[in-house]
Amino acid sequence: MKQQKYSNESGFNHFDLLSEEIILSILDCLNENPFDKKMFSPVCKSFYAIESRHRKSLKPLRSEHLTNILSRYPNVTHLDLSLCPRITDASLSLISRSKMLRSIDLSRSKFFTHVGLSNLVTNCSSLVEIDLSNATELRDSAAAAIAEAKNLEKLWLGRCKSITDIGIGCIAVGCRKLRLISLKWCLGVGDLGVGLLAVKCKEIRSLDLSYVPITTKCLPSILNLEHLEDLVLEGCLCIDDDSLAVLKQGCKSLETLDMSNCLNVSHVGLSSLTTDNGHLRQLIFAYGSPITLAFAESLQKLSTLQSIKLDGCLVTCPGLKAIGNWCISLREISLSKCLGVTDDGLSSLVTKHKDLRKLDITCCRKITHVSIAHITNSCTCLMSLRMESCSLVPKEAFVLIGQRCHFLEELDLTDNEIDDEGLKSISRCSKLSSLKLGICLNITDEGLTHIGMCCSKLAELDLYRSAGIADPSILSIAHGCPDLEMINIAYCKDITDSSFISLSKCSKLNTLESRGCPLVTSLGLAAIAVGCKQLNKLDIKKCYNINDTGMIPLAHFSQNLRQINLSFTSVTDVGLLSLASISCLQNMTVLHLKGLTAQGLVAALLACGGLTKVKLQASFKSLLPQPLFEHLEARGCAFQWSEKIFQVRYVWKCGKKKKGKES
Amino acid sequence: MDERLCADTWTESSSPANELPKKVPPDHQPFTNFNLQQYQQKWEEDPSIQDYAMSIEPQFPEFNLPCETPSSVACNPSNQTKNEPLDASRIQDWDPRAMLNNLSFLEQKIHQLQDLVHLIVGRRTQVAARSDELVAQQQQLITADLTSIIVQLISTAGSLLPSLTQTLSSNGTPFISQLGQLSGVVFPSGPNLNGSVFPQNSKVSDQSNHVDLTGNCKTEQNCIEDELKDEDDADEGEHLSPGSYEILQLEKEEILAPHTHFCIICGKGFKRDANLRMHMRGHGDEYKTPAALAKPNKETNSEPMLIKRYSCPFAGCKRNKDHKKFQPLKTILCVKNHYKRTHCDKSYTCSRCNTKKFSVIADLKTHEKHCGRDKWLCSCGTTFSRKDKLFGHIALFQGHTPAIPLEEAKGSAAGSSDRGENSEETNKVELNLGTNFSCGSGDQNGNDAKGGVDDPPSFFSPLTFDTCNLGGFHEFPRPLFDDSETSFSFLMSGSCSYPRKTREESCSDKT
Repeated sequence: MKQQKYSNESGFNHFDLLSEEIILSILDCLNENPFDKKMFSPVCKSFYAIESRHRKSLKPLRSEHLTNILSRYPNVTHLDLSLCPRITDASLSLISRSKMLRSIDLSRSKFFTHVGLSNLVTNCSSLVEIDLSNATELRDSAAAAIAEAKNLEKLWLGRCKSITDIGIGCIAVGCRKLRLISLKWCLGVGDLGVGLLAVKCKEIRSLDLSYVPITTKCLPSILNLEHLEDLVLEGCLCIDDDSLAVLKQGCKSLETLDMSNCLNVSHVGLSSLTTDNGHLRQLIFAYGSPITLAFAESLQKLSTLQSIKLDGCLVTCPGLKAIGNWCISLREISLSKCLGVTDDGLSSLVTKHKDLRKLDITCCRKITHVSIAHITNSCTCLMSLRMESCSLVPKEAFVLIGQRCHFLEELDLTDNEIDDEGLKSISRCSKLSSLKLGICLNITDEGLTHIGMCCSKLAELDLYRSAGIADPSILSIAHGCPDLEMINIAYCKDITDSSFISLSKCSKLNTLESRGCPLVTSLGLAAIAVGCKQLNKLDIKKCYNINDTGMIPLAHFSQNLRQINLSFTSVTDVGLLSLASISCLQNMTVLHLKGLTAQGLVAALLACGGLTKVKLQASFKSLLPQPLFEHLEARGCAFQWSEKIFQVRYVWKCGKKKKGKES
Repeated sequence: MDERLCADTWTESSSPANELPKKVPPDHQPFTNFNLQQYQQKWEEDPSIQDYAMSIEPQFPEFNLPCETPSSVACNPSNQTKNEPLDASRIQDWDPRAMLNNLSFLEQKIHQLQDLVHLIVGRRTQVAARSDELVAQQQQLITADLTSIIVQLISTAGSLLPSLTQTLSSNGTPFISQLGQLSGVVFPSGPNLNGSVFPQNSKVSDQSNHVDLTGNCKTEQNCIEDELKDEDDADEGEHLSPGSYEILQLEKEEILAPHTHFCIICGKGFKRDANLRMHMRGHGDEYKTPAALAKPNKETNSEPMLIKRYSCPFAGCKRNKDHKKFQPLKTILCVKNHYKRTHCDKSYTCSRCNTKKFSVIADLKTHEKHCGRDKWLCSCGTTFSRKDKLFGHIALFQGHTPAIPLEEAKGSAAGSSDRGENSEETNKVELNLGTNFSCGSGDQNGNDAKGGVDDPPSFFSPLTFDTCNLGGFHEFPRPLFDDSETSFSFLMSGSCSYPRKTREESCSDKT
């Protein structure tokens, strides 16, 4: 069907020659960058109209505009409200007018009650997905309202602590088509509710019961679910071996089983949950009982297993060797933070599982060159290798990685001995998209330049505290990696404005962390603001030379900025207030700004309408009027108060960061 | 004749009001119709009124006032006039023709009764010196006739009341208020008019073998009565060889008869003879002697007795003696409870949950102790004391949902309709309560000092209840509950707390 329309100005619009089908298929291709569609629709009236009809998914920034958005996009089926902290019953009744709605995300929203939910659910009868995570205020009445959504297939109720068995019972009876339900941290729910859910909702595929206080009583009915594929029992402390032993049979359809943090369950209980002829693909047994020979042997029967995660377990060498002797070939092994991983055990494990795609040996501090040699020798298909803080691995070993594992896409070498030779070798991994080189003190510009030249697909680069890095490497990266989305150059003290100016060529950059780069000025930041339109996360803490002149271009160009950390910069009231023009700014950390007054802060806080989280010095708490807090909290903004004194010691911060990553 | 009859009966009792009957005009016959109606009502209401009057002492003198008026001629018309507005309001609700039919039937019956008594009294006066045997024969004759008449009366009354309740509940006028009204109206004229019937009636019950039996049993079971509630099931394991015990079978009217012991002076009925003896103390010092207060049939127990077991009169019941696998019931109480539980309507509804129903009032009370703690509620209205039982129930049935507790739900979609009905019902109950109570007390006061009787609308308004009678209301139920086994007491107490019970009781009267 041709659209024969004439534009007001030129008489004939060439775009009108395009049929609607062509325009729609063009629109289908504009998925990569969400802003493409924004630019598409203002072309002409017909484009605008077609785009309005074409859009299926919406993620509005402000709930105030819901009326307009929903009337412009009548065909929206997926509504993500995670950026709207304040969704009231009135908003929900507005939303309930879009009858096409199939999916709604309310996980970050507050201020609505069971009344609004009931309204939504009764009007949008085609709703199949509701995310109500974090709705800690909602009670059983809300659950009863949801139970009216007869077609519901996916429901997330994470952290809905006030919902009890009664509410879950209502949902179980009402939503018979449920395929996925997450009850993570639903502390009010117990065996009865979960049991009833399993009895009534026979279609359940995925069931997340993490940290729900259930016992083994409800497990028989869960294991009877014919289609259950994904079962998460993380942190269910009331489940133990003795009670699991009673279970007659495991679940045959199960594909993923997560028994992390089940401290009372060993391989004995685990084997009663699984069956020999089942379909189990992934077993997650993190922070559980020790991985012994008996453990490995009891799970030997799992013939379809592809992935096993034993993070944080105590691992024995015989155990690892026995896993190595399994006749199956694992695709994924995670031994992150496992104690007791030795060269001997790990080598015998990886030599058998040659098809390994993902290996996580983070913080396996006993392994040496031997392990890396075996890994690189046998697992040549490795796509992901995480080996943060493997401190005994010498720098020569990293050369092997580059020589043998050409398919690596993700490599985490944080806190390792890697040097420029290693980097040069790793640059052969041309598919690399994520490279983490934080706290690698041996690397310099020379090595990283190779990465910049060869790894053109790099999207994520972490150079946190890699002090040897300076402008040339960033220049090379910015030049050679046009897809770069995230870069961390925190505490790389030698970085200057020229790095920022070169990074401004990376138009996809969305996250820039440049803490503690004292040489960077407002000029560099202005370049980033102009070039990186998609920037949504910016950390310029302790960039002392950045001041209001950097804020003004940022406020003008970076209209997608969501999160900013301005602590210890030279920004004053003016700069902060100018940021208010960034309509989607949500998260702001403003500590120790010398030029900031209480009045300026109040003005900025009031002007930034979309703020959801603000971190401030505790000293402001008494300076700002109480009604202001009440007003902002009613808008959905949460305050976090920092009591820290002005100068924090550098060494302590560093140690903390390391520790945090390990634990 | 009448005068003499009354004199006979009343001189026997040393009632303080014994001069009263003499002043009853001989021509009180024209009131028979009225009397009959009252008789019927009195039969049911009297105990409760008595209780009420005794419990609220300050009102008692006032209440007795009409009885002690020297001119009972004046008394009766005043009663009648007082009755009129109430009758009018009642007639609105009743089918007058059915009412008339029933009344004339009752009248006929009473006439028969009266004729019989006349006959005997006549004989007594003629034959001065009679053998005791003859007296006993006469009494037995009266007993037989009276029993049948009483039974018929009760069943007639029973057949009358349910239809009444239906119309009432349909048009929203509280039924209990009517009862309260009736009781209040009836009582002041009670003693003089019913004197002719009741003393004999109670004599009958004393001498009737059947009833005595019941009484004996009752006294034996008195203290453990509450624990015995489930006894009819508890004797399952008992294996008595057939013939080793005597099988007794009571008729259903006997089983359902509310009282088995009657005061020979005032005619008040009691379920337990011990209660009767306690009651008798109020009638004079001669009833306070240890002999009078002792259990009457201790000495008769000396002779060896055959073990008695009971049969349920319901044909086809396992407890019926004709059943192939007959399992006898141990005691009269077992018979009563079994019969009510198994073969009668569950007429007592819990006033808290308005869903659970019982046929034995003790069961209701046991339930009510726990009701409210049954917080686990299903959308079908069933409540559970345990959450796992609720979930088991929901897992079993399609479409049943756990109901959100009231305080939380505030108009939530699920189960709101149920709750709506419930709250309506409770409203109704409160209204009943209010109106009923104001009626009752207004009538008890007799002198309608508040003028409420002349003004039916205000009379029925709950406001009257709130402002005037709230104080009395609180004191009121306690004594009644003490005597809760007297099944008519609930007509007053029940009207306060169990609205449906009253109606259902009248139903069970019918059977």
